[in-house]
Amino acid sequence: MSIESATRNLGAVRNFVRQHAEASGFPAAAVQQMMLAVDEACSNVIRHAYSGDEQGRVEVEISIGPETFRVIIRDHGQAFKPSAYEPPNLYHSVKRRKGGGFGVHIMRRLMDEVEYATRGGVNEVRLTKHRTPQSGDGL
Amino acid sequence: MSNFGVAFRERPVTAGPAPVRVLDLSGELDAHTAPDFEAAIEDCLNNQQHYIVVNGAGLDYISSAGLGVFMAFIEQVREQGGDIKIAALQPRVFNVFDLLGFPVLFDILKTEDEAVSKFTN
Repeated sequence: MSIESATRNLGAVRNFVRQHAEASGFPAAAVQQMMLAVDEACSNVIRHAYSGDEQGRVEVEISIGPETFRVIIRDHGQAFKPSAYEPPNLYHSVKRRKGGGFGVHIMRRLMDEVEYATRGGVNEVRLTKHRTPQSGDGL
Repeated sequence: MSNFGVAFRERPVTAGPAPVRVLDLSGELDAHTAPDFEAAIEDCLNNQQHYIVVNGAGLDYISSAGLGVFMAFIEQVREQGGDIKIAALQPRVFNVFDLLGFPVLFDILKTEDEAVSKFTN
């Protein structure tokens, strides 16, 4: 699916992920994890890659294999630099009265693989969950 | 389409410092709806209501944007002698709070009554 870079579209993205993950037979907890991880990825694109500009496009592609469920999120905004990422600290966020910065942490905790790439001005985040008996642990 | 909602209630507290403001959350709290929740907390603060219980029984979903509202305001509320206590979360929503370590810094109770009674202790 392809959406405008606006937060009003996050619900539709979550439904898109849920429909395909449920149809693929993933347990409810794993479906919730994937919905949240993709929400966080798209929210970051809207807020950081496009800096709130709702004219940008966000493409969300789902690729289902025998052992994996993969969601690929593409945008044409400012690239995320994983090397500059610092893990968040809840205590410090509370003391600084600052609410953001936990999206990447959530993605990494909930998905088996989180990969970033930028090619030809297109940024790509790949979120992959393996189909295992433990799929869904942690949330 | 997100269907988030916030409703306000007040509960008198015996021997408590002031009535407790209860915020009933419903629907999905994400980056789109977090400003509505933020406005509800600001409304409490503007009315000098610093004893706040967030009842999450009707909350079906939360992302980090929703959790961010708690992070951004809790210090200000506690500076005024109050607190934001969280109650009645559905398990899948509680798990998101737990994932970020909220139980260490926030009072998260099973029921609204337990949360309200915390203000009398």
